Amino acid sequence: MWDSATIMMLLKETGTTLLITLSSTFFAYILGLPMGILLVITAKDGLRPFAPVYKILDVTVNVVRSVPFLILLMLLIPFTRYIVGKSYGAAAVSVPLTIAAAPFIARLVESSLLEVDKGVIEAAQSMGAGTGTIVWKVLLAEARTSLIVGATIALGTILGYSAMAGVVGGGGLGDVAIRYGYYRYQADIMIVTVILLVILVQILQVIGTRLSKKLDKRNTG
Amino acid sequence: METIIQVKNVGKTFIGKENTVEALKEINLDIHKGEIYGIIGMSGAGKSTLVRCLNFLERPTTGTVEVEGKDLAELSGKDLRSLRMQIAMIFQHFNLLMQRTVLDNICFPLEIAGQKKKEARHRAKELLEIVGLSEKAKAYPAQLSGGQKQRVAIARALATNPKILLCDEATSALDPTTTKSILALLKDINQKYGITIVIITHEMAVVREICTHVAIIDGGSLAETGTVEEVFARPRTRAAKKLIFQGDTGSEEMNRNLATGKRCIRIVFRENSSFEPVIGNMVLACKAPANILLADTKDIGGVAHGQMILQLPEDETVAAKMIAYLKDRRLEVEELDHYVG
Repeated sequence: MWDSATIMMLLKETGTTLLITLSSTFFAYILGLPMGILLVITAKDGLRPFAPVYKILDVTVNVVRSVPFLILLMLLIPFTRYIVGKSYGAAAVSVPLTIAAAPFIARLVESSLLEVDKGVIEAAQSMGAGTGTIVWKVLLAEARTSLIVGATIALGTILGYSAMAGVVGGGGLGDVAIRYGYYRYQADIMIVTVILLVILVQILQVIGTRLSKKLDKRNTG
Repeated sequence: METIIQVKNVGKTFIGKENTVEALKEINLDIHKGEIYGIIGMSGAGKSTLVRCLNFLERPTTGTVEVEGKDLAELSGKDLRSLRMQIAMIFQHFNLLMQRTVLDNICFPLEIAGQKKKEARHRAKELLEIVGLSEKAKAYPAQLSGGQKQRVAIARALATNPKILLCDEATSALDPTTTKSILALLKDINQKYGITIVIITHEMAVVREICTHVAIIDGGSLAETGTVEEVFARPRTRAAKKLIFQGDTGSEEMNRNLATGKRCIRIVFRENSSFEPVIGNMVLACKAPANILLADTKDIGGVAHGQMILQLPEDETVAAKMIAYLKDRRLEVEELDHYVG
């Protein structure tokens, strides 16, 4: 059973999982990062309090986050088909993953930015800094380690979700685990895929932690 | 002298869900160019809110704030931001960017002002020299002591050549020695560059050390304003007396003495030679002892400055003689019928 074809297949699907995870995370940040920033600055005690935007974002994020991913995956099939042209395969699975992860990322970004010392923001305001400068040079720059920790959490979560995409023929290790392990009762392949997933999460975690430590200048004493 | 900051009838009310707080009530202040103006009050008196009204980090609910004749309320967002480059501010907790080096922290206001990176770095290096931290250019704030952090904050504040420097409890997180050196630096900056300094503090010692003028704020209102000499020598209000006598642990005991009818007086030294043993001479001349309950004096250039509280003998004639003696020595003498400690 452990012929070269199986091993090649496992390697290929590991690559697919990585690709799905990284691309979905990337697109989810394109949506989620601005959402997180807007949540922080339009909040009641934010830089530019603006209740309508804050409330809409807040509710949207909560609604999307409360829909179970598997259901969201099904619900979004027409939308996915419209964007990618088909509803199965690696590219297709990235669409619901991105949509599901964006609000989660918005919350991660929001909490990272809220950690930034209010006094430092006030200091920047006292120097005449505008909102854009404060977001870019104070909020994002000062919160960078926390943002990286958040991104590592996001990657791990999206990797886990990507395994569920196997249900709709999304490809990747999760797909293998379902097809071989579940439908064909090949427990050994299932175990191997689980081990591979664990290794992937570990690698991402180590990279994330190292990077955030390296960039953190708060404890250099 | 030219007025640089004029505060007229400023009030600030914070409206909360459950209660509204009137943080400031009808504040009127005139701060002139080149002054070191102290605003002193107990915590919660509204002094931090007041200083934030001077650069509109807080917008007053009523009244106007004018800086160099410009009404801040009438400025557009952009004009207000460019005016803020003229009004620098330092804080109790320094508020440095923790992820930037010392040099880059000082460059920050210059970046906001749109200066070129090379010029900004050049200027930042000059400023580091002024505050005496050239060797720390590449360090991060986390590697510095409190006093060093405040020096960096001062350098950062001076980067855009401001006309006014607001100090919000700038020495409250520092030990007494470091406080002294920071105050000396501020005084130096005031004299060398003619920058008007506004100092918010709860410590009378800070005001006495460097301020030329002082405003005492109590419960959101101004209790007293004037030169430091005036207010210190003749505090009129309870709030002022409380601040001037603060930090004295024996006050309860003293109050008891006052209650039992023993006379206490407060004397203020302003022009006597510090070589003259005034109290000793008084005791010898009157041939009766006086009890020193509080003494807080220091020698500034051979002249005694500070205050003492004496408990006089019960004999009325001797007590009167002592008061006359002290007045004769050109000391401010004030009877304390109600000691507030």
